[in-house]
Order: sequence, then structure tokens, then C-alpha cells
Amino acid sequence: MNIATAANGHVTAHDDHDHAPKGMMRWLTTTNHKDIGSMYLWFSFFMFLVGGCMALTIRSELFQPGLQIVRPEFFNQLTTLHGLIMVFGAIMPAFVGFANWMIPLQIGASDMAFGRMNNWSFWLLPPAALLLVASMFVPGGAAAAGWTLYPPLTIQQGMGMDMAIFAIHILGISSIMGSINIITTILNLRAPGMTLMKMPLFCWTWLITAYLIIAVMPILAGAVTMTLTDRHFGTHFFSAAGGGDPVLFQHIFWFFGHPEVYIVIIPGFGVVSQVISTFSRKPVFGYASMVYAIAAIGILSFTVWAHHMYTTGMPISAQLYFMYATMLIAVPTGVKIFNWTATMWRGSLSFETPMLFAIGFIFLFTLGGFSGLVLAMAAVDVQMQDTYYVVAHFHYTMVAGALFSAFAGLYYWLPKWTGHMYNEKMGQLHFWLSFVFFNMTFFVQHFLGIAGMPRRIPDYALQFTEFNQISTIGAFGFGLSQLLVVYNVISCMRSGEKAPAKPWEGAEGLEWEVPSPAPHHTWEVQPIIK
Amino acid sequence: MNAVREGQNRRTLLKLAVFSLAMFGFGYALVPLYPVVCSVLGINQTGVDEAKANTQVDASRSVVVEFDTNVHGMPWKFRPLVSHVSVHPGAVAQVMFEVVNTLDVPVTGQAIPSYGPQLAAEYFRKLECFCFNKQVLKPGERRQMPVVFVVDPALPKDISTITLSYTFFEVEGNRRAVQHSAKVGT
Repeated sequence: MNIATAANGHVTAHDDHDHAPKGMMRWLTTTNHKDIGSMYLWFSFFMFLVGGCMALTIRSELFQPGLQIVRPEFFNQLTTLHGLIMVFGAIMPAFVGFANWMIPLQIGASDMAFGRMNNWSFWLLPPAALLLVASMFVPGGAAAAGWTLYPPLTIQQGMGMDMAIFAIHILGISSIMGSINIITTILNLRAPGMTLMKMPLFCWTWLITAYLIIAVMPILAGAVTMTLTDRHFGTHFFSAAGGGDPVLFQHIFWFFGHPEVYIVIIPGFGVVSQVISTFSRKPVFGYASMVYAIAAIGILSFTVWAHHMYTTGMPISAQLYFMYATMLIAVPTGVKIFNWTATMWRGSLSFETPMLFAIGFIFLFTLGGFSGLVLAMAAVDVQMQDTYYVVAHFHYTMVAGALFSAFAGLYYWLPKWTGHMYNEKMGQLHFWLSFVFFNMTFFVQHFLGIAGMPRRIPDYALQFTEFNQISTIGAFGFGLSQLLVVYNVISCMRSGEKAPAKPWEGAEGLEWEVPSPAPHHTWEVQPIIK
Repeated sequence: MNAVREGQNRRTLLKLAVFSLAMFGFGYALVPLYPVVCSVLGINQTGVDEAKANTQVDASRSVVVEFDTNVHGMPWKFRPLVSHVSVHPGAVAQVMFEVVNTLDVPVTGQAIPSYGPQLAAEYFRKLECFCFNKQVLKPGERRQMPVVFVVDPALPKDISTITLSYTFFEVEGNRRAVQHSAKVGT
């Protein structure tokens, strides 16, 4: 592999003098996976801040009972857009950004399979985000039916809903194109000798995620298209007035929606697997069982959708099936948690920022998994449905799960991307503040939910005040802590300590064979894997 | 990137794109599929249950309904398919009766119900009965006919058995008219 690296370095020196357009045109027309990966990451981080500001407005309103800051209609728009933006605008593009940057580097490919399509997948995102944000300023305001877009509300609302539907169409097309690109890259462009079972786990998790995306994003597109034609073209898929069935939407939506939550988390599993292995200085424990566990999670995710719908009125036999099937998913997930723990067992551990975020991920994601098991029980869910317990549960999986793993990956690969080390002290501070404030924000929401506080309501009964105030203070602490990562990334790009090709002692994989920062073109001559 | 690999990539792209489009279609196919799957598996009990469910059902007691059948001077064989059923007052029940015309000419009959004890009659609600209409049986015809009924929960507690008796009477004028026209015809 050393020979290949030398050859690669030579090619790089030559190729840095390419005739790419400069300035804005470089970014508009680029087909380079590293440029596109960076744009994805910046875009998702920006959307993360936008969605975060919405969350902070929501939490400010909930600081006290009664209505102080926003009107209830606007509150509903905020919860809806916060969900849509965080899922489709922040988390998903963030991991596509990681995929763009790292998959070609990790499998020894010179670029993604379809450069121009890659450019398109990214540049579809800003218009979609613009549609979502601009919809807040049209008559009637933005979509306000919740990110799950249940009819009949979605059939009744104003043009903000149409804009949200178009935004979802565009985001869907973007992620389908991105996924096709990723699958083709992984299947066809691996370095000679790199069999599928030799791939880094991050590539494996993305391969399975990409298949999930092309399987279910079209179904979401279908569901919102049906909503659109119900609204404007006289169809009656969901409008009960015309003989449609509003519950049918929930079935179709969650047939998409449950695989979607794994789409959000599975790439995070890949990042965490690699980070844990690096900072334990051991290969990941049970590589093959990791791959099978991810595949099992992916397949099972198609069979459990109605556990989101226990209270819509289901016969007991169906409730039992969905309950047992849901609990079954805890088995492959448990395998993964076991393997991560076993990787750390007797490893030579060090606790740099990526490792802290990865361990925080394991700890908090497992908590989120447990509250998921509680909600999976049909008898319990009838009580918990649409309370803050659900809010706490999915923020443990989405924030402490997906977002923490994204931060782990960010700090892990930042030296490779920028060629500089980030500020380690500040990174660790960022972790500890995030960890503490995250739990302050969301742990108390379990209690609120058990006590019966409903979600998506701007007002609440007096007895919920204390926990809501703790949660709001935690949310502001969490939000402000994220400014640290902004500062850390920018100062790392500008003036960090010079990073070697392999800044982490225990790191394994092809991405560490190329210099830091990774030159514009890498692996033009593919390495041979033995 | 060499041409072989580019062709390979294009084929993969095509397959995946077709798969995505198919999944878009599958989203629409789910609209008719869900009801079909639910009815095949018999799990779409919601709604159906509620329509059938009668909050007036008195599950605390059962009433035995016995069936008795007679024909009054007619060439018909008439019998219930079950001799008796046990029902909760308020619950809907259905029983079948069978009648056979033993003659080689069409015969018209009308069934008249009676109840024992007679008091039960006002608590016995028939939703569907062959006795609502005249029955015309072709030569040798065998016919099964339903009775759907509810016993009113207001039925006095001391009545635990109701006998429902049907007697078929021939609607005379009709057979003669048929016989007559048959004779005229030959």
C-alpha cells in the first residue's frame, strides 16, 4: 500500500494544477466528491442551526405555562418545520456529506461514480430548504400539521403546505440520487482486492442505508403526492368527505417513516464503530456480526411501522404482532451495543473528543433504545402516545444518537479534511457541555410525558412548570454549546496545528494513507488490497 | 475512468433508478393493498366490530330459543336446521330453516309464527324472516331460508326458554290458478 500512496502523492502534485473554475463557479459546477462533501456538511450544519433556533423558540414558549412569545398557529408551524428541517435538512445531508468525503477515500476510489449527478443531488437541497423557510412568510404560514403531515390537517392548510410538499419532493429526489450514487460507488469502484467483507463498517452502514433510502423515499413521495392531488385535483385518497381514509396516510407514511429513522441512525453506527475501534486500538469486535446486525435492522425496519399507530384502532392481534416485531429489533441492536463494548474491553483506550462523543452515543442511544422498548408495548403506548415521553425518546435517538455520532465523525475526520488539528480542549468542552445540557433538556421530558403532558401544544398545566423550565434552560445551554464547534472548526481550518497523514495512533483504513489535508484528487491509481 | 467501468456504472444506475420508480408505484399500490391484506388476514375488525356491537347486549343471562315447524295440509317438508339456540338478550342471531316441495307442481305458501309463552312475542324482534313474504316453490324445489332476530333485553327475567313455532299455510288460490292454467295449456 505504501507504493500506491507514493504514486498517489505524485499524481496529486500534478493534479492540483487543474483548470477548475474559481470562486462561486467552482462550487456550483464541481463534481469533486470532496468539494461536494464539504458543501453537504456546511449546508447541514447551517440547517442544524436554523432548526435549532426554531427549537429554542419552541422551548422559550414552553418556559412558562400560558402564551407569551408566539401565537399557537405559529408554534405549530415551528414544531413542523423543526422536525422537517432537522430530519431532511440537517441529519440526512450531514451523513451524505460524510459519505461523499469518506467512501471514495475508504474504498480507494478516485471519486463517486456519477460526479454530475452528485453535483445535482447537492444543489437541489438549497432550493428545497428555501421553500421550507420561505413558506413561513406566505399567507396562512408554513405547514403546521407536524412533520408527520397527517391528514385531514394537511388537506385543509394553506399554500405553505404545498411548498412543504414540493420541498419534500425535491429533498426526496436529492437523497435518492445521492443513494444511487453511493450504492454504485461501493459496488463498482472498490479497490482491487477489497471484498465487501473487507470494507470499513462506515461503507457497510451507508450501503444498507442507501438501499433503505431508495426503497422508502419514493413511498414518501407517493404519500405527499396523494396529499397534493387530494388538495387540488379532486382525488380522495385521504379526505374522508370523499370516501378516503385518513388512517391510510398514516400506514403509508410510517411504512416510509420507520425505515427512515434507521436511515438517520445507521450511518452513525458506522462512524461510531470506526471511532471506537481507533481509540481502543483494537479492530472492531465481531465485524461480520456487525454487518449482519445492520442488515437485520434494515430488513426488520419494514415490518414494524404500525407501532407508531397503536391508538388508531387496531385489532389486538395486529397490536401484538407489531409489538413483538418491534421488540425483535432490540436483538440486532443489542448485538451492536455488545460489540462496541467488547471492542473497548481490554483495549488501550484514550479519550479524545471523537471517542467521548462515541461513548456518549453508546450510553445515551441505549437509553433511547430502552425508552423505545417501553413505547413498543402496545398497552403502555396507549398512555404515552403523543406525550413528551415520545419527544424524549426520539431526541435520545436522534440527537444523542445521530447528532453525537455525526460530531464523533466530524472531530475524527476533521484533521483529514482540513490538514489541521482542532483544539482538543475545546472539543472536549464541547462534548461535556453538550452531554450535560442534552440530558438536562431531554431527561426531564420523560417525567413530563409520564405525567401526561401532550406534545405539540404551546400551553400546559401549571404542575409541569418546573420540569419545563429545567428543559428550556438545558436547551439554551445545548444550543449555545454548539457555537463552540463552529468556532473550533473555523479556527481548525485557518490555524490549527499541522496534522499528519494519520493523526490517530490506532486508526486503520485507506483514508489515512493519503496526506492531510486530502488532496483534491486521490486514489487515481487504485491501491491493491491484499 | 475506463469505458468498461462506465458501462457497468450505467447499468447499476439504471437498475437502481427502475427500483426507485417501482417503489413510487408501490406507494400507490399500498392504497388498494392495505384493505385487501387486512380482509385476507381477517384483521380489519375495527369499525366492523363497532357496527355489530350492541351496548344493549345482556351478557349476564342466556335465553334458549327452540324452533318448532309445522305444515298445515300442504305437500311440503319443513324443518329447522338446528333444533334450538342459546342467545344473550340483545345479541343478533341467525338460524336457517329448510323447506321442500314434494309435489311436481309449483306451490305457494305463507308461514305464520307463534310464540310460547305468548308473552314472549312482544320481546322477539325479527330483523329478517321468510315469513315476511309468500314463498313460491317450484316442483321438487328445496330451499333454505334465514331468520335473523334479537331477543329484547327487556324480556322478563323469569322467561328462560322461548319456543318459536312456524306453520306454513298454503296460499290456495295460487296453486289452483297454476293448475288451472297448466290444464288449459295442455
